[in-house]
Amino acid sequence: MTDRAGPPQNSSSRSPQQSPWRDVWDEFSRHRGALLGAAIFLFIVLAVFLGPVLWRIDPSFIDIRARNQGPSWAHPFGTDQLGRDTLARVLAGGRISITVGLTAMALGLGLGTLIGVLAGFFRRLDGPLMRLTDLFLSLPLLPLLLVMVMLFREALSAAFGPEAGIFLLVVAAIGLTSWMPTARVVRADVLALKERDFILAARSIGTPRAALITRHVLPNVLSPILVSATLGIANAIITESALSFLGLGFPPDFPTWGRLLNDATVYISDFPERVIWPGVAISLTVLSVNYMGDGLRDALDPRGRK
Amino acid sequence: MLTYTIRRLCLAVPTLLFIALVIFMLLELAPGDPTAQIPLTVPPEVKAQMREALGLGEPVHIRFGLWLWQFFVIEPMVWIDNAVGTAWAEGKTRVISWQTRAPVMDTVIERLPQTLWVVAMAYLVGILIALPIGIYSAYRQYSVFDQVGTFVTMVGYSVPPFFSGVLVIMIFAVHLEWLPSIYDTTHRVVDWDSFVVQLRQMILPVMVLSLQTTAQISRFMRSAMLDALREDYVRTARAKGLSEWSVVMVHVLRNSMIPVITIIALGLPQVFGGAIITEQIFKVNGLGQLLITAIAANDLPMVQTVTFMLAVLIVLFNIIADLLYGALDPRIRYD
Repeated sequence: MTDRAGPPQNSSSRSPQQSPWRDVWDEFSRHRGALLGAAIFLFIVLAVFLGPVLWRIDPSFIDIRARNQGPSWAHPFGTDQLGRDTLARVLAGGRISITVGLTAMALGLGLGTLIGVLAGFFRRLDGPLMRLTDLFLSLPLLPLLLVMVMLFREALSAAFGPEAGIFLLVVAAIGLTSWMPTARVVRADVLALKERDFILAARSIGTPRAALITRHVLPNVLSPILVSATLGIANAIITESALSFLGLGFPPDFPTWGRLLNDATVYISDFPERVIWPGVAISLTVLSVNYMGDGLRDALDPRGRK
Repeated sequence: MLTYTIRRLCLAVPTLLFIALVIFMLLELAPGDPTAQIPLTVPPEVKAQMREALGLGEPVHIRFGLWLWQFFVIEPMVWIDNAVGTAWAEGKTRVISWQTRAPVMDTVIERLPQTLWVVAMAYLVGILIALPIGIYSAYRQYSVFDQVGTFVTMVGYSVPPFFSGVLVIMIFAVHLEWLPSIYDTTHRVVDWDSFVVQLRQMILPVMVLSLQTTAQISRFMRSAMLDALREDYVRTARAKGLSEWSVVMVHVLRNSMIPVITIIALGLPQVFGGAIITEQIFKVNGLGQLLITAIAANDLPMVQTVTFMLAVLIVLFNIIADLLYGALDPRIRYD
């Protein structure tokens, strides 16, 4: 694990006038699946955040006379049992699901990077922090998440309001249980990096430790962090949807993809097509993010460069 | 190897104690009160007695110690009593569920077979499908089979079980009406016909669970095979004139199986976690469903025990994976 090749910034100097990020982009754009994944993910994010500007039906507007309709021009995805527009609800649900995914990923990534850098850089902290990581890795995560959400839901929604409270809870719960892989990878890279000459040089001219970490260590462990970021988004979106699907995520009047899927399964024998939209949305997002991660991993690994 | 095994098992004890403490404290810190649902017409002194009966009167560390004692000493005693016929656990309190007022372990034992049947079967099926796919797509890297296989496994990896489960119900149960969508756990296998019924109702949950397993393991198998195929000894074996079959299936496969087998061992506890969702979809009343209902009913002893048992599984399979690694790879020696 520790014998990774050097960071792409320094070692891939095939064309010196070209910036290293340009190399990464060239490699990334050669990976067709990754490019397509990035495009689809961008499209979903744009659709979800800008869509309501174009598709102006309120997702909570109840039109009981137009209930249980199939796809039509007025409602391209049909309507649900209360006559709410499914397209508007999928867009609104995506807004929450993707926001949760990105925020929880950022939290988990930040925590993982912090712990990884501390463990790799300070030998005294290495043992305790890695034992902590191992302990967290042996926790049964899904049951614990369910328990956390169940137990703290009431208190947090009383304190911050139903939407913000649950949002904080779900993001914190996912972030606190998903930092371990990042911490391990970052630590391994920092350990290898610490022995390199440029770190020694920086140290010998008296660079303070904080600057050493921010200026020399962090930029060089960026590539594993980026790859874990993509995996983190996918993981967070799936976890949030699973919680909502089990009825332990957001309250029923806040649509998320998992919640919509859960609501639709009740009507599966009468309106089977209704489970498709939120399900496809989750799967497509996760699939595109995973492909992006695959491409990024190949692109950032200088050993695979042609 | 033996000393290493013993050392790992000893190290597992503090880990498990810590995990038990984390779960216990999480349940403890929760603001909810198990007696909050009792109607206001019940007088306060009766309510106090009820709290006492639930064991809530004692301080935290006493209750944690009591739970540990009950779980690690009294429950094994009950097992020994049942097996040998002694009466060690006579008159001792076991971990009692607040929901059913029955010992938690009895309920767990009741639910375990359903989960084990579905989970074990799914894992087995998943592995059996994954290995050939991984081997062949690595052998023919960038062929059509590899491209399609990689795409399908990526899809299987990305589609969450709560969507694939609903999807297969939609296709096979609603549309085609081939298979039942609900797993009937009261069904008893007595003859061939009832065995067929059992098999039919197991197909869908097993399919959903094994899709995930297949996707993960075949990806690992493929990359492990690709690494091994580039080794010098493969060229040597070919140069010696060995048949392609024995080069790939003997020399390459045996070496690339080492990481895959540990992944298989590490993945098993996760399948139990995934079974929580699958059981919910197909209404299997196994361990996962038990956990969900216990969480919903605020049944803390049940939640504590089931979650802890899942943690034991994870720690145990971590050790098994490490030991297998040492046993299979002669380059790794722990002593």
